[in-house]
Amino acid sequence: MQGVAPGGIDCDLHPALPGTAALMPYLDPYWREQITVRGIDGLDLASFPPKIPANGRADWRPQHGKPGADFERLRHDALDGFGLRAAICNPLYGVQAVYNRHFATALATAMNDWMVAEWLDRDPRLRASVVIAPQDPAAAAAEIERRAADPRFVQVLLLAMGEAPLGRQEYWPIYAAATRHRMPIGVHAGSTARHATTGNGWPSYYLEDYVAHAQAFQAQLLNLIHEGVFAKFPDLRVVLIESGFTWVPNFMWRANKTWRGVRAEVPWVDRPPADLIREHVRFTLQPADAPPDPADLARAIDQIGSDDVLLFSTDYPHWQFDGTDAYPAGFPAALRQRVAVDNPLATYPRLRETLA
Amino acid sequence: MSRHIVAAVGEIPPGGRKLVTLNGRDIGVFNLGGEFFALLNRCPHQGGALCRGSLTGLVTSTTPGEFTWSRAGEMLKCPWHGWEYDVRTGQSWCDPEDTKVRLYPVTIEPGERLAKGPYVAETFTVSVEQAYIVVEV
Repeated sequence: MQGVAPGGIDCDLHPALPGTAALMPYLDPYWREQITVRGIDGLDLASFPPKIPANGRADWRPQHGKPGADFERLRHDALDGFGLRAAICNPLYGVQAVYNRHFATALATAMNDWMVAEWLDRDPRLRASVVIAPQDPAAAAAEIERRAADPRFVQVLLLAMGEAPLGRQEYWPIYAAATRHRMPIGVHAGSTARHATTGNGWPSYYLEDYVAHAQAFQAQLLNLIHEGVFAKFPDLRVVLIESGFTWVPNFMWRANKTWRGVRAEVPWVDRPPADLIREHVRFTLQPADAPPDPADLARAIDQIGSDDVLLFSTDYPHWQFDGTDAYPAGFPAALRQRVAVDNPLATYPRLRETLA
Repeated sequence: MSRHIVAAVGEIPPGGRKLVTLNGRDIGVFNLGGEFFALLNRCPHQGGALCRGSLTGLVTSTTPGEFTWSRAGEMLKCPWHGWEYDVRTGQSWCDPEDTKVRLYPVTIEPGERLAKGPYVAETFTVSVEQAYIVVEV
């Protein structure tokens, strides 16, 4: 199989929830009644309109329904198609954007039950991120505790743009629970639309939303570092998913430079931010914002200063590349094994233990 | 190497400093509670006049939200980019191994001895009753 090192692990796969109705078997009677009476459906995030081309590669898009909603297709196209040893499912639905925290919490639990019954139980290669509703951090921590008994849940899923910056102390119960169960925090692209999607206010066009995601990821990294999340939780790992990674070097340089001048403001940040990023933060491969000249890609990776930080991902069924070579042109051959196998196993201890 | 008389001891009070030029080098002489230190007036980062920066303390922390303030007046912040240097060692706080400012030996000598030389003291009339700050450059 071209493109994936033997035994490759896909760190970002997207089974799609067809709609709220698919969660009905996993919700209690009160919420079933509410969903029915209020006609609740279509909670997809505006960040991922189901019908845009980027959301489903043409040869992966089914005739009917959402890309990624069909298990047999996912097994054929992704698990078998890429020859994967394992894959981590990150289901995207608007749970994190629901204003009613109790409903959001119920939906998160239902999403995880749905994930177990309709995906994880059907193929031993599948793993998943725990969906939580950060609107209610205590309930989110309880959901992590509940899922910890199932080793197939290997990570906790959050979005790049939520209600408050992710480093804030109100979210620390989530990090305490995740650390306790050795789950990294996966921060996936996507906005809950609580705030404008850029620091300058609302943009007019989807493409602005899409490109501006790098700003959101940078802001989250800055906040996680400087609020002291990594000082408080030294074992915590954060995986930025669909963030791109070629922006990381200049971000590191600027963060380091500024820290040297004003670090007295945040004395718990006792080493350069770039060192904390290399130690605690990982980035998935796709989408890779690769330079026009493939020869420049290796240089960008080299400037990050660590071979440990990239994790192989296909982003199936999203359309980031054609064919079966998920690596962008110019990706160093010597790093493929590292990115596809070694780094995922090092990042996800629960995955490592269940593959042994 | 030559030894230079830069000031009478009483001229630089605790917390004070004096900027001098010795053998063509700009140097700041600092009094930290009665101990004297001489640093090259050039930040190793980008060449800012470090010795014109503000003296501050050292803040450290073992956990977010906790601030431990110590060594008041012993850290020197470059006026250009705020990098902090330990006046006692010349080491930068953020990169102590690789980024440090040159430190010159300082001694306190009685005027009685200085009057005999061989010291460079062109701007001083040395009195045998006083003690002087001597910097070796």
